[in-house]
Amino acid sequence: MIEVSSLSKRYGNHLAVDNVSFSIEKGEIVGFLGPNGAGKSTIMNIMTGYLSLTDGSVSIDGFDISENPEEAKKRIGYLPEIPPLYIDMTVKEYLYFIYDLKKVSFPKKPHIEEIARVVKIDNVYNRLIKNLSKGYRQRVGIAQALIGNPDLLILDEPTVGLDPKQILEIRNLIARLGKNHTIILSSHILSEIQEVCERVIIINQGHIVADDTPENLSKNLSDDHSLSIRVKGTEGEILKILNGVPGIKEIRHLSSKEAGTVDFILEPKAGHDIRAAVSERLAERKKTLLSLTSNEMTLEQIFLRITEGTATEKLVKKADKKTDSPKVKFDLESGEAVIGEETKQTKEFSKKEDDK
Amino acid sequence: MTAVFKREFKSYFTSPLGYVFLAIFLFFEGSFFTTLYTYGDPSVEIIFPSLSTVIVLITPVITMRLLSEDRRQKVDQALLTAPVKVEGIVLGKFFAALGIYALALSPTLLFQVIVSMLSPSVNWLVFLNGLLGALLIGAALISIGMFISSLTESTIISCILTLVTFLLLLVITNLASLTNQDWVVAVAEKVAFVSLFSAFSSSVFSVVNVIYLVSIAVGFVFLSIRAVERRRWA
Repeated sequence: MIEVSSLSKRYGNHLAVDNVSFSIEKGEIVGFLGPNGAGKSTIMNIMTGYLSLTDGSVSIDGFDISENPEEAKKRIGYLPEIPPLYIDMTVKEYLYFIYDLKKVSFPKKPHIEEIARVVKIDNVYNRLIKNLSKGYRQRVGIAQALIGNPDLLILDEPTVGLDPKQILEIRNLIARLGKNHTIILSSHILSEIQEVCERVIIINQGHIVADDTPENLSKNLSDDHSLSIRVKGTEGEILKILNGVPGIKEIRHLSSKEAGTVDFILEPKAGHDIRAAVSERLAERKKTLLSLTSNEMTLEQIFLRITEGTATEKLVKKADKKTDSPKVKFDLESGEAVIGEETKQTKEFSKKEDDK
Repeated sequence: MTAVFKREFKSYFTSPLGYVFLAIFLFFEGSFFTTLYTYGDPSVEIIFPSLSTVIVLITPVITMRLLSEDRRQKVDQALLTAPVKVEGIVLGKFFAALGIYALALSPTLLFQVIVSMLSPSVNWLVFLNGLLGALLIGAALISIGMFISSLTESTIISCILTLVTFLLLLVITNLASLTNQDWVVAVAEKVAFVSLFSAFSSSVFSVVNVIYLVSIAVGFVFLSIRAVERRRWA
């Protein structure tokens, strides 16, 4: 439905969008994720015809945005970052105006009233937009994107400025709309994208650094599913037991959250699933395992990890090790203890010998 | 285009702008007509050259917002992402401004009707010629004002620049005569199309003048369209 190929946008010497290509099928709900200034809004502005492209092409439903802009734009409902509202008009007048502008053929009054009902602005229908709160203005913005029932909806941060209840409503609305429309959503609220979108495109410094489902991204970037465990006992005795479990590459000790327990993060060797081995070994030694969780990366971590990298870092490259603020880090392979950045005091560790 | 026209025209009346514009026009038209009436002069068409200074000084008020305000409020995003050609948007705004200008001139028609009921020696054709001239000169001025407004986001700058430009049009012949060069004076006389008010309020219908004014209007509307398009390529 949407074909973007080799899209580039240059402002003077600055390359805002660098050779971006993706395609979106009818009915998909896609999330655009990226830090501020990454180029998400620029890409959206180019796709809707507001800005022109320096290179490449965009086509909506087969219509090229540069060659056949009117046909392409007819199929798009766009909500930009700042809703384009005429503040000297009432909500009703404004929506009627947008209806005329888009040359919609549905029966005017019922169509607009239906949209107003869906977006819940019917109680401010006759109020001047100047006198509306941010939340209401945002909703009028969403309403104008919906007029004409376009096949493609492009929403730039649609839930910004809304209260939690409204955010939930709009999210449900988007999910409902997703059944009949193709939607591109951009947001900073990562949980929102994770919930609503089936596919995420991460953009950083003008290029796409990831294009996948949230689950796949998480799987590919996770540190081979490191485990977090909480065991009843002391640090020393548990460590002794864990040392004997095969397949563990690294053990990190965390500060105890509960009295009488110790927390560890276990990093398995590549390809090893150590969950069974760990729980069985602890059971053998009669140690109570209170919790065992697999650490999948959240979208936020993926986002931070990817965007902290250099401009050319791709998804394929394994992320470098970032510790989870442990006090002490044990490297089983070399047998050394490394003191984390958080601790100020210097402790002598000759753990392995002492524990035996 | 009609959608933009309707919206723009209505917006003149949601703020004091449109009312002030009309009020000023009505005031001057009224006072000229009173003078005319007092002296028993049935030639209403003289009102147009008399109004020329007022027209030139007040018109910036209706053109200053035309293209600058939408950009400032980011509403141009709604216009430019809609399935409407840029020409449609610009022309819609142009005709909205022309519309309110024509509305401001309409009392002159009323005056003509009143006078024609009272006096037998009234020449409708001369009056209509004058009215046409006033409309065309207004169109040319509005197109220039709209173009200036397309160059900036600030309404104030747009207003000042337009005012300065129009003032120049009023005084350019005087400035030119200072140079004592005949050709400079000749060029200046042609550029100062505002002097055409009197030319139209005569019994001579000049096709040349009509074409000249229409060309100016078309030219600056075209430039405005180009200016709006250029923003996309920035």
